[in-house]
Amino acid sequence: MFLLDRLDFIWSALKTHDMRGSSVLRILRASVKAKTLAIPDSRDLLFGHAPNPLALRSGMVLGGGTVYPELNFTLPTMEIRSETMPAVLAQYKEMVSGALKRAVELEIPGLVLEFETLPPMTENPQWGLDVAQLLMDALADAEAKHGLKSTFRMTPNDVREMERPPLMRSGPLFDAMLELFDRSAEAGAELLSIESVGGKEVHDEALTYGSVEQSLFGLCVLGARDMRFLWTHLVEIADRHHAVPAGDTACGFANTAMVLAEQHLIPSVFAAVVRAMSAVRSLVAYECGARGPGKDCGYENVILKAITGFPMAMEGKTAACAHPSPVGNVAGAACDTWSNESVQNVKLLGGMAPTCYMEQLAYDCRLFNRALADGPEGARQLRDWLSDSDACLDPHALILTPESAVAIGQAIVDAPNDYLAGRAAGLTAIRLIEEAVASGRLKLKDRETPWLDTMRDSLEELPDDESTFIARMMSEVDVTRFRPEDYEIA
Amino acid sequence: MMDLTPLTDAIKTGNRKEAARITLEAVDAGLAPQVVLDALVLGMDDVGARFQRNEAFVPEMLIAARAMKEAMAILEPKLLAAGIRPEFTAVIGTVQGDLHDIGKNLVAMMWKGANFNVVDLGTNVPAERFVEAARESNADLIGLSALLTTTMPAMRDTVAAIRAAGLSKAKVLIGGAPITNEFAKEIGADGFAPDAASAVDLARQLMGV
Repeated sequence: MFLLDRLDFIWSALKTHDMRGSSVLRILRASVKAKTLAIPDSRDLLFGHAPNPLALRSGMVLGGGTVYPELNFTLPTMEIRSETMPAVLAQYKEMVSGALKRAVELEIPGLVLEFETLPPMTENPQWGLDVAQLLMDALADAEAKHGLKSTFRMTPNDVREMERPPLMRSGPLFDAMLELFDRSAEAGAELLSIESVGGKEVHDEALTYGSVEQSLFGLCVLGARDMRFLWTHLVEIADRHHAVPAGDTACGFANTAMVLAEQHLIPSVFAAVVRAMSAVRSLVAYECGARGPGKDCGYENVILKAITGFPMAMEGKTAACAHPSPVGNVAGAACDTWSNESVQNVKLLGGMAPTCYMEQLAYDCRLFNRALADGPEGARQLRDWLSDSDACLDPHALILTPESAVAIGQAIVDAPNDYLAGRAAGLTAIRLIEEAVASGRLKLKDRETPWLDTMRDSLEELPDDESTFIARMMSEVDVTRFRPEDYEIA
Repeated sequence: MMDLTPLTDAIKTGNRKEAARITLEAVDAGLAPQVVLDALVLGMDDVGARFQRNEAFVPEMLIAARAMKEAMAILEPKLLAAGIRPEFTAVIGTVQGDLHDIGKNLVAMMWKGANFNVVDLGTNVPAERFVEAARESNADLIGLSALLTTTMPAMRDTVAAIRAAGLSKAKVLIGGAPITNEFAKEIGADGFAPDAASAVDLARQLMGV
């Protein structure tokens, strides 16, 4: 049955040049939708432990009983041109040197270092590769001199949207992005990730107009189709270089919603529902063969951990340097690496910002790991404090508790396709919020409440048939913003 | 005289069909275009005020703006025939190298709702394109947006290009997550808006209204 749901993708993949280099096996694997939960009992959805842990080259095991810090940093205000590349490299050298020195001093158990490229570094793959090599050399040096175990996550940014409407499946930008993935994996990058943008062409408008059906279209029709295409490629690259296809994130979708809600521009309940639906889109990476750790800014990762059992990176209060969120504590409840999202190389009283954030992550991980040392009950105590301290204050936090994540995950795996899974995830999130309000666990502002009815009515009245839904949305969205043929709906 | 309260209410609730129907009825009844426009702007002002008091969200405001747009499509020929045009023109875009546009889009929509004529240049806009568009449209206001720290220099270059082009009439307003008032002053912008709502107030203030 699931193969029938994916016939369009399989046919498109096999008949076109899009999947050159991809084996039939990979295409078929990408066509399989998750059908069961790896963690059906929310008591088992816990930080530091994943049913399908990931063993790395250094000996670190993510999800194997230890939470590791994951550090990411970025440039201060400066241009990236060929003339400034020496200064760019000097900045990265300064950032990684300071952070690794502090990591050694604090005796962290291991480190995930992420490098998320800036657009010019993806458009010019050699520039991205030069920075990646510098960072990997620094990690190797720290291991050789101080025994610091580590791994390197390479995250080329998705530059396909530099052209509007984007060319999602071909063209120089797409080629440059895949080249950077390929060459960095060949050079030794162990984890491969991306913040992909497929479907975003219609999703920004969905957020600003508060349209839950347009959000569903962007995430679970356009987005899911692009994920299936893109991740089939990325898994193939990773396999070729013995790297790990780690995971994606709905950052440009659900995090945009979350931050807009934090700025009081859109309803928090709407952002929470978008988050629940976004899990369907991010899940596709794992259906294609990704193995975690999911990308740190994917707050939906807790739902994905329940479904896949793979380890997940998470960020919370430690990402306040990058953006506000209402989920600073609950985000840690099921993390396997604990991240700071990204911090600029600026001077703080305590030192350069990346070094300071290394310290914050190190101490948070000490606490996670001390709780784990007390066994499941001790760890669950900390997990519940993390969850409960946020869940009573915001609907977004409420739907990311372990209990909610399992409920939403179950709704997703019970659905026959991405579209219906997104609708089911959204309706489940609405139900969970309504139940929490009714029980007094969660209080909503007056202006939020009517949105629950509006969203439920919108989702419930949608057709069960995906092609009917697509036809309807194609008459409602601005079709000049994207190329339908890139989403197999031309 | 025809009561236009239902038209104002249609804008407030974002009822597109009703707004268009009543506007057409008012135009056919021979009402002065300025009177109909005033009823529309009254509705938008109400939604804007509720937004400023944290009683409404952006979607409610944009849905109202969309209803107003449909009504304006009917009313505009009459306004033009009567010699009535938006008082101010604004050019807006995300600077070169930067693709983030959600904040820029919000500001553009809200400026339109405030009855500015808005020329939206999109994202990844080179400095010379801002200059060209401002010159072509005789812009009173230029809005620049950037989200990345690495594209802030492009914002500086754009302001410099605008100044070098001698577009002395145009006020430059900047915004985006990494932008500060200090940065605005440093690069010679006329104003900094920390969010979309204040971008409307600041635009009006810079225009002296």
